[in-house]
Amino acid sequence: MSEDRMTGAQILMQALRDQDVDVIFGYPGGAVLPIYDALFAQNAIRHILVRHEQGAVHAAEGYARSTGKVGCVLVTSGPGATNAVTGLTDALMDSIPIVCIAGQVPTHLIGNDAFQECDTTGITRPCTKHNYLVKEVDRLARTVHEAFYVARNGRPGPVVIDLPKDVQFAEGTYVAPEDVVHRTYRPTVSAEPTALERAMEIIAGAKRPIFYTGGGVINAGPAASEALRQLVRLTGYPCTNTLMGLGAFPANDPQFLGMLGMHGTYEANLAMYNCDVMINIGARFDDRVTGKLSEFSPNSTKIQVDIDPSSINKNVRVDLAIVADAGQALAEMVRIWQARGYRADRPALDAWWGQIKQWRARDCLYFNQDKTPGAVIKPQHAIKRLAELTADRENVYITTEVGQHQMWAAQFVPFNQPNRWMTSGGLGTMGYGLPAAMGVQVAHPDALVIDIAGEASIMMNIQELSTLAQYRLPVKVFITNNHWMGMVRQWQELLHGERYSESYMDSLPDFVKLAESFGAVGLRATKVEEVDDTIAEMMAIDRTVIVDMHVDPKENCFPMIPGGAAHYDMILGPDDRGEQRTSEEGMVLV
Amino acid sequence: MSPQDPSTERHTIAVLVDNEPGVLARVIGLFSGRGYNIESLTVAEVDPENRRSRITLATSGTRMIIEQIKAQLSRLVPIHVVSDLTDDGPSVERELALIKVATADNRENRIESLRIADIFRARVVDSTPDSFVFEVTGASGKIDAFIGLMRPLGLADLSRTGVAAMARGRTGLLDGS
Ligand SMILES: Cc1ncc(C[n+]2csc(CCOP(=O)(O)OP(=O)(O)O)c2C)c(N)n1
Ligand SMILES: [Mg+2]
Repeated sequence: MSEDRMTGAQILMQALRDQDVDVIFGYPGGAVLPIYDALFAQNAIRHILVRHEQGAVHAAEGYARSTGKVGCVLVTSGPGATNAVTGLTDALMDSIPIVCIAGQVPTHLIGNDAFQECDTTGITRPCTKHNYLVKEVDRLARTVHEAFYVARNGRPGPVVIDLPKDVQFAEGTYVAPEDVVHRTYRPTVSAEPTALERAMEIIAGAKRPIFYTGGGVINAGPAASEALRQLVRLTGYPCTNTLMGLGAFPANDPQFLGMLGMHGTYEANLAMYNCDVMINIGARFDDRVTGKLSEFSPNSTKIQVDIDPSSINKNVRVDLAIVADAGQALAEMVRIWQARGYRADRPALDAWWGQIKQWRARDCLYFNQDKTPGAVIKPQHAIKRLAELTADRENVYITTEVGQHQMWAAQFVPFNQPNRWMTSGGLGTMGYGLPAAMGVQVAHPDALVIDIAGEASIMMNIQELSTLAQYRLPVKVFITNNHWMGMVRQWQELLHGERYSESYMDSLPDFVKLAESFGAVGLRATKVEEVDDTIAEMMAIDRTVIVDMHVDPKENCFPMIPGGAAHYDMILGPDDRGEQRTSEEGMVLV
Repeated sequence: MSPQDPSTERHTIAVLVDNEPGVLARVIGLFSGRGYNIESLTVAEVDPENRRSRITLATSGTRMIIEQIKAQLSRLVPIHVVSDLTDDGPSVERELALIKVATADNRENRIESLRIADIFRARVVDSTPDSFVFEVTGASGKIDAFIGLMRPLGLADLSRTGVAAMARGRTGLLDGS
């Protein structure tokens, strides 16, 4: 081999290094053996061997979300690629930058139903931002650079590179990233200046304003969250975050109204309903946020800033649409506010805050924890104490699975910084939290990384405990064990006549023994007086820990806007369901 | 939503794409995956030097859906330009159709079909003692009308290319992209 000639596998390694990849989450197989050979021969990139390819993608998502970098995945052809599909779809829905390399059968066998062949580009086309099949080794380096560019620019997302085995062996030439310019993909990042001027004029004239911000602010980097803080404080306006946007605005700030949407706070949802100016930055009017569309914030002027034009006017018509990177737009908005000497309409704003304070006084997240020894633990109490007892730790990252515990985590864990909260928002993937926590811990070895889990969800990627053991990743799995698919049970109770069809979690493992069998530590708490000590013990152990926190099996997550209902039509608690609120129409919604 | 829905608009959209494997599947997948309707689709390479193809598609939907379709198309990575010919000023649209009329031994139908073809400036491209194949080009409406008249005369087969369209005036998709 002459000096500048390399094999495809070597070219891939070089390209990944040049793209600043320091870790790959992967699983080997026949169609990627040349790549594993090249991995073996180098030290710059660390490989984390997961136990299931879905786990690899979620781990890369956790890594990406907590660092702001692109997460990297390596899987084999056929089942390796199909196992990755859920993770890719998850990353697409939540706009997480991922590059996934999938092995493929040799080019001459493609289309032959060869062993472990599947149509990877066909299968992943709808669940990736873009994908590539590389048939010539001389296109490989360029393709890898392009893939990273596409994954991280514009609205981020997952990109798949399907790489046939013969191309991994073939000799070709390397091209450095600087030499690659993308031919077509140039997302708009800076807003039209006049549009922002216009926006600030509307914002300054507002009487009942609200900032409604989403994952786009997090994706735009920490500077965007900083600019959001500045703008919100300059204006004195209230701010609510979506599930994906938590942490962009500090939860401990008095101007924060909490999360909005189906399980959002009373004050956030009512402020959305009653506002006269809505400033949406990096959020997409998801159906979990809007509730009944025809009654969504009927009297407001809506401004939307988003990097993805297809997120604008998709389900809610806005009055002023601005295509831009959230960070750039926010910085500019701060500048305009100051340069123009804008002032909030004080009397109107005071009246608005007066109203909001009344809504707040309803204390919609109230729950009743009996403190007498032996009392059953309320899941909210467990999660609230977890948040309180970890509050003074410097580096705390929280991931979740999907269900009631996820919503309680969103409600009761205050996030004061971006990139500390990883949850599967768009796809709602049970089994996300544990591998995601693994990815976070790989990126931040000294941080306290906690997966707040349900006992049903945790079973979906439980095999990753083995990965945690292998790499000594001290992730804490905090299970609020209610013995039910709680969220399913809740819907069945409230919307399906208390017919609890297949939602009971029978035959659960003994989580303490399970932990031990994986070389981790298992702790259990069943009574209210054990909560604090168990959390303290968990934090004191510098190893993987599973906490099996037995909680009230009957507890429901409130507030709740039932499917298809409007923002003002919230169920506030167990005693607040006099009328049948869910219409036939609402029942069919998920 | 039915096509009769008064808020429904029909739009012709031209897209310049990289001629690479899968690009058509991406465009079609976007429509099928989101439940949009493609009424007509044509595609061919128009810029061999830069390996770029032009896709022309006709679709209908509410204003919001049409905007969404354009935004989604623009988001696809190998797409250079998306142009809404219905919105962006006047344009010309043409379609070509091959129409087979089997007249059997009905002489009157044979003569009548030739007479109608003449009015529509259709050409006979195949002729047998009991059939013709006509080639007709024009706006889709004209072709619809031609087919309507041929139907009672023994319409036996039909192939339409779908709409090819272009903005009037000097500028085009190929320049400046
Ligand atoms: C992969 C997957 N399958 C099914 C669901 C539907 N689902 C949503 S929440 C839920 C129950 C989760 O139960 P658990 O993990 O115990 O959490 P809890 O609601 O009890 O806190 C189910 C089945 C899902 N979100 N993801
Ligand atoms: Mg449960």
